[in-house]
Amino acid sequence: MKKKRLWLSFALMFSLALAGCNSNSASNNSNKEDQGGSKGHEKLEIFSWWTGAGEEDGLKALIKLFQEKYPDIPVENAAVAGGAGTNAKAVLASRMQGNDPPATFQVHGGAELNEGWVAAGKMEPLNDLYEKEGWMDKFPKSLIDMVSKDGKIYSVPVNIHRSNVLWYNKKIFAENGLEPPKTFDEFFQVAEKLKAKGITPLALGDKEPWTATHLFENVLLGTLGAEDYKKLWTGELSFDDPKVKEAVNTFKKMLDYINEDHSSRNWQDAAQLVGKGEAAMYVMGDWVKGYFVNDLKLKVNEDFGYVPAPNTEGKFMVITDTFGLPKGVKNPEDVKKFLSVLGSVEGQDTFNPLKGSIPARIDADLSKYDEYGKQTIQDFKSAELTPSLAHGSAASEGFVTKVNQAVNIFVTQKDTKTFINTLVSAASELKK
Amino acid sequence: MKTVVSERDVTVVPAVRKKRKWTADHWLAAAFLTPSVVLIFIFVYGFIGWTGYVSLSNWNSLVPDLSFAGWKNYIYLFHDFRFQADLRNTVVFTVLFIGVVVVLGQFLAILLDQKLRGESIFRNIFFFPMALSFVVTGVIWQWLLNPSTGVNLFLKKFGLDSKWYTDTTILGGFHIGKIEGGVPVAMIAVVIAAVWQMTGFAVAMYLAGLRAIPEEVREAARMDGATEFQIYRKIIIPMLRPITVSVIIIMAHISLKIFDLIYAMTGPGANFVTDVPGVYMFETTFRGNYYANGAAIAMIMLLSVAIFIVPYLISSRKGES
Repeated sequence: MKKKRLWLSFALMFSLALAGCNSNSASNNSNKEDQGGSKGHEKLEIFSWWTGAGEEDGLKALIKLFQEKYPDIPVENAAVAGGAGTNAKAVLASRMQGNDPPATFQVHGGAELNEGWVAAGKMEPLNDLYEKEGWMDKFPKSLIDMVSKDGKIYSVPVNIHRSNVLWYNKKIFAENGLEPPKTFDEFFQVAEKLKAKGITPLALGDKEPWTATHLFENVLLGTLGAEDYKKLWTGELSFDDPKVKEAVNTFKKMLDYINEDHSSRNWQDAAQLVGKGEAAMYVMGDWVKGYFVNDLKLKVNEDFGYVPAPNTEGKFMVITDTFGLPKGVKNPEDVKKFLSVLGSVEGQDTFNPLKGSIPARIDADLSKYDEYGKQTIQDFKSAELTPSLAHGSAASEGFVTKVNQAVNIFVTQKDTKTFINTLVSAASELKK
Repeated sequence: MKTVVSERDVTVVPAVRKKRKWTADHWLAAAFLTPSVVLIFIFVYGFIGWTGYVSLSNWNSLVPDLSFAGWKNYIYLFHDFRFQADLRNTVVFTVLFIGVVVVLGQFLAILLDQKLRGESIFRNIFFFPMALSFVVTGVIWQWLLNPSTGVNLFLKKFGLDSKWYTDTTILGGFHIGKIEGGVPVAMIAVVIAAVWQMTGFAVAMYLAGLRAIPEEVREAARMDGATEFQIYRKIIIPMLRPITVSVIIIMAHISLKIFDLIYAMTGPGANFVTDVPGVYMFETTFRGNYYANGAAIAMIMLLSVAIFIVPYLISSRKGES
């Protein structure tokens, strides 16, 4: 009798333990059944950190377009919320290392892709897809280079953001009879005049240090020029070069003109200063336009204006979101179908006007974009493209993390020598 | 032992088992315990061991590289400006936070113990912030203490400085390693928020402690002619010492591992004046992909908490037996 009871309790325990495991697979099954008509199709899981206002709309519109074309492929929007994709990247990293990759995922073109997942051997080349779709001359060559390693293309760019933009408050500039600065000299003249009037010349919100790195990368580009700037990332130009030192000193001088509470603001809070007329200028990527227009209800070229960041006219600091095909997914053909929609003119023109970015293709429909978008599309075609450091395109994320730390210390200590030493030692890792 | 086993069982359980003194109840207990013991060993101690192993490896990119690196990651950390700042901030935060919570908690509990009317309302008011998550507290206090909003607008009206929240000065600064030792001004804001949240908990513990002190003790003291103030100073507060130890242990493990409050409220701060190991660990592991460095930070955090917890566990075990 007792023995029986014993076994019974054992059995109960194991069934409980098993139930714990089972409930998972059971819910998976029921999910699959929910996707009526999928007929054995694996779900297409699209992984991104697009959960903000415009970007989520863009992604949903894109998914809708895909489902119109391929109604039999079930899609799951697996977006992970969190600033600048930090949380999403953490989730992605553990899934990739556990050999459970999503069908396709958002990754910045450049080092984040090439030094990250491609170097780790986790991505499939997509040259055949590019050939089939005839994309080789539809994307700018330097952009294709950013998503390629050793002649193999690893992802499809969906959008372009520009990093080197100086946004300014039109009213402040008009009232003080100022012209938006084109060079560093002009910048400092304007800043000095504004400071004398008691207006904060330059807004910065480096609660998250990447914003200060963002300013620094544009000073680097403005001082070094596109050629030398790119050489920094290949190791051809060292960070103890006198030109880098000059850039650091210019950056340091700029920091004399920022708002005092910069370290308690994030990029939106800093943009608010310019939007509300408390600060005059702001160097930030063009996602700020979406924030100005949608959130602060300001009008382009009426309330705020834009010029390339000082000394960077004719240059285009690129941030591009791309999607690739991880190794080991069960439905590579479906993923390629999605990527072909993503890379089509129609797909890019569906996504980008909502997201507030410009298309990565050179043959998109201009009429769908606003005034800023049209001009940026023009600039994108003619300007020299350079990879952004702050957004992971120029160098590996490990290096970017170290630069962010060094910049965070520099903004307070303003010690040029220590800063450059840190950059040099971080860069020695970069060449490996 | 026999008293537990019913007569019916004795007939069933073979004699062999009796010799080992393992009755069915033992088996049952073992059977119920085994899964949780196994799970804890795998998912707690196993992973602590794994983290320790990773912290001694070269895994500092997306590609797992588990080759042995020795103490490299630890040496790197202790030479790192940011980590040195983290250690300073953790010590400052822990000392200030625990100090204020203990003193304030005791004080408020004694006030509440004066048999005043509506005591339960006050108790709930003090205890309520405990119900919030640190993230919520962080966001609220960020807006309250921000230089351009909240309290500081008020202070500004009286001509007081409003920049302390982002101040990078280190009070009582002296040079140590790569950093300046002392109390970072901006850290005070974080201490205020943490104290606001956790004091209620200390109040509740002290209140329980006060209620456990028999009335006779006070009576006896009064008979001996002690004033109320003396009763508290010489009798009640010393008798609350075990509570104080518990409060310190509980608060220490919170403050040494703090992450969410700081991440939501100030972030690492300019010049890392409000950075803590938890935030550094998160950023270096998941932004920079320095897995081995992150694991090393985790091990150091574990050790720092163990310094508090282990003696406490040992002493409480002694007390039991």
